[in-house]
Amino acid sequence: MLDQIFVILKQSVVSLAEKFFPEWTVPFVSVLVSIGAIAAFGPVTMMYLTLLERKVIGRMQNRFGPNRVGKYGLLQPLADGVKMLTKEDIVPIHADKVVHFLAPILIVIPALLVFAVIPFGRKMTAVDLNVGLLFFIAISSTTTIAIFMASWGSRNKFSLLGGMRSVAQMISYEVPMVFSVVPVILMTSSLSTNTIVEAQGGWFGLDWFVFRPWGFLGFVIFFLCGVAECNRSPFDLPEAESEIVAGFHTEYSGMKFALFYMAEFMNSFTISGLAVTLFLGGWQGPILPSWLWFLIKSYALIFVMIWFRGTLPRLRVDQLMGLAWKFFLPLTLVNILVTGFWYFTNLPVRVIGSVVILGGAFWILTKLNQVYMPEKRVYSFAE
Amino acid sequence: MIIPLEHLLIFGTVLFAVGIYGALVRRNIIGVLISIELILNAVNVNLVAFSRTTSLSPEAGQIFAIFVITLAAAGAAVGLAIVLALYRVRKTILTDEVTLLKW
Amino acid sequence: MFPLLTKIMIYVIMALSVFAALATISCKNLFHSALALIAVLLGVAGIFIFLQAEFLAMVQILIYVGAVMTLVIFTIMLTERIGDKQISQNNHQSLLAASILLALLFFMIRLILGVAWPVNESTLSAHVGTEELAKALLGTYVFPFEVISVVLIAALIGAIVIARKDNS
Repeated sequence: MLDQIFVILKQSVVSLAEKFFPEWTVPFVSVLVSIGAIAAFGPVTMMYLTLLERKVIGRMQNRFGPNRVGKYGLLQPLADGVKMLTKEDIVPIHADKVVHFLAPILIVIPALLVFAVIPFGRKMTAVDLNVGLLFFIAISSTTTIAIFMASWGSRNKFSLLGGMRSVAQMISYEVPMVFSVVPVILMTSSLSTNTIVEAQGGWFGLDWFVFRPWGFLGFVIFFLCGVAECNRSPFDLPEAESEIVAGFHTEYSGMKFALFYMAEFMNSFTISGLAVTLFLGGWQGPILPSWLWFLIKSYALIFVMIWFRGTLPRLRVDQLMGLAWKFFLPLTLVNILVTGFWYFTNLPVRVIGSVVILGGAFWILTKLNQVYMPEKRVYSFAE
Repeated sequence: MIIPLEHLLIFGTVLFAVGIYGALVRRNIIGVLISIELILNAVNVNLVAFSRTTSLSPEAGQIFAIFVITLAAAGAAVGLAIVLALYRVRKTILTDEVTLLKW
Repeated sequence: MFPLLTKIMIYVIMALSVFAALATISCKNLFHSALALIAVLLGVAGIFIFLQAEFLAMVQILIYVGAVMTLVIFTIMLTERIGDKQISQNNHQSLLAASILLALLFFMIRLILGVAWPVNESTLSAHVGTEELAKALLGTYVFPFEVISVVLIAALIGAIVIARKDNS
């Protein structure tokens, strides 16, 4: 009963609407309730994610995060929101006005649209498309156009450089991301996110795809490519403050910058949500309600993302591109091969075989990608 | 069928005509390439409209449309590489100024 | 209620696509042309969804908007000359081309409206999902499928070789 509490709430609202409104509006009311729930959940998530990030990074750096506004800093996002709303909106003189104005809008739209295919709980997907996974991949690939518009519309050399680097990074990391999802599609023979979660339901809800060799490698590669897609550390060269002022969103201030910031955090939530759905079993879990499991797992992955930010140094741009094309891509292709091998062989052979093949491929690729290190110099002092 | 087949075909034809006008008239080489993409999209609309209504093998139209999309991407890639090489040598991308092969 | 709403949506999407196509060929700024082309591509993807070709619609958005337009916009950015605002974007053939194409459009529309298209019921109700497309692609059409992968490799290598800087 606690499991289905949101579904029961929505059904009661819809039946309430059935009494008062004419009959043909009922599907619209049902859709509006779903949209309202997502529109309430998305931005509120983003606001508290910013607070979570600042406090967690603060703790990792041996200091408190924001703790003055409200108890434990819980009202900090409201203060941030008020600050962003009341800032002056500066548009550069030679900027392309239409393009400069549309870019923040067009970057938030895909970030919000993909909330529609994430299964938040049992029977709690907003729209159960039968090509749901492909919808996610297609819509999140349109973010690159909005970044181009932002960087070009600002007429600023730093913006242009940051924008082009960001787009190059995003399109390079899309390829291993899509390939690392293919084993999941192969084993469940469905593109619908609901079906993929339901296929991970054995062993009291603990039979996740991450416990198989191909699933484990797929999860690691998908998560790292997802972190790169969101332009977060350690892949945040396009928007690093010490490198390129602020990359493609240099010339934006006030509410437009808040929209960019919101899109980045909603993207990181969506990537974690999708990694949870595909590899970590979605809402499957033993005792707790399904939506609670989903939130726990996705926030655990977001914590890992914040952990990356607090710990790892930034990658250089050639290291970044080399990682995507020379390391992740061959590894995902071997992963697909291993999935086929897993499907057609039986239990003792397949575990050993897949682990051997994957380990071998990983070792070969690491050896091939090694940077040339000159031998250490031996200093001898003049006597 | 929700809307008559003729309307979809007319939509495809209008996109096709606009695309051909763009390919004939634009001075910028990238503008010509953009218009060619418009032509290929009109063809795709036509293929899928027919495969949904009158075709005897319903998936053939969509398979051909996938091939058209792929070939359009390959053609755009090579075309844009040529534009980049041309810009590096001639410093111009207007079709009027690249007339070396004319007599 | 729903069929009427669907009809209105289809006509609106078609009208917006035609409008965006006209904007593509007539914008002075090339970047705005590319953005209008993205609007046309999204409109065509919408039409595909109404024709129950969802896989094709998603593939169109992924490849055309996500990859081909990114390539086009990269090239626009690398070859743009900022001072070109006053140059007209149409060459001297514009009037002739417009008249011939309007005649072509008129005759094609008369032809389309005059033919009795043999719409059959079994095709209208056929469900072509991802599975049927996959069976056809690896079954009947496996040879074009393999050939197209070779074409893509050739295009990739060709584009890299043509656009490479001469380091000699």
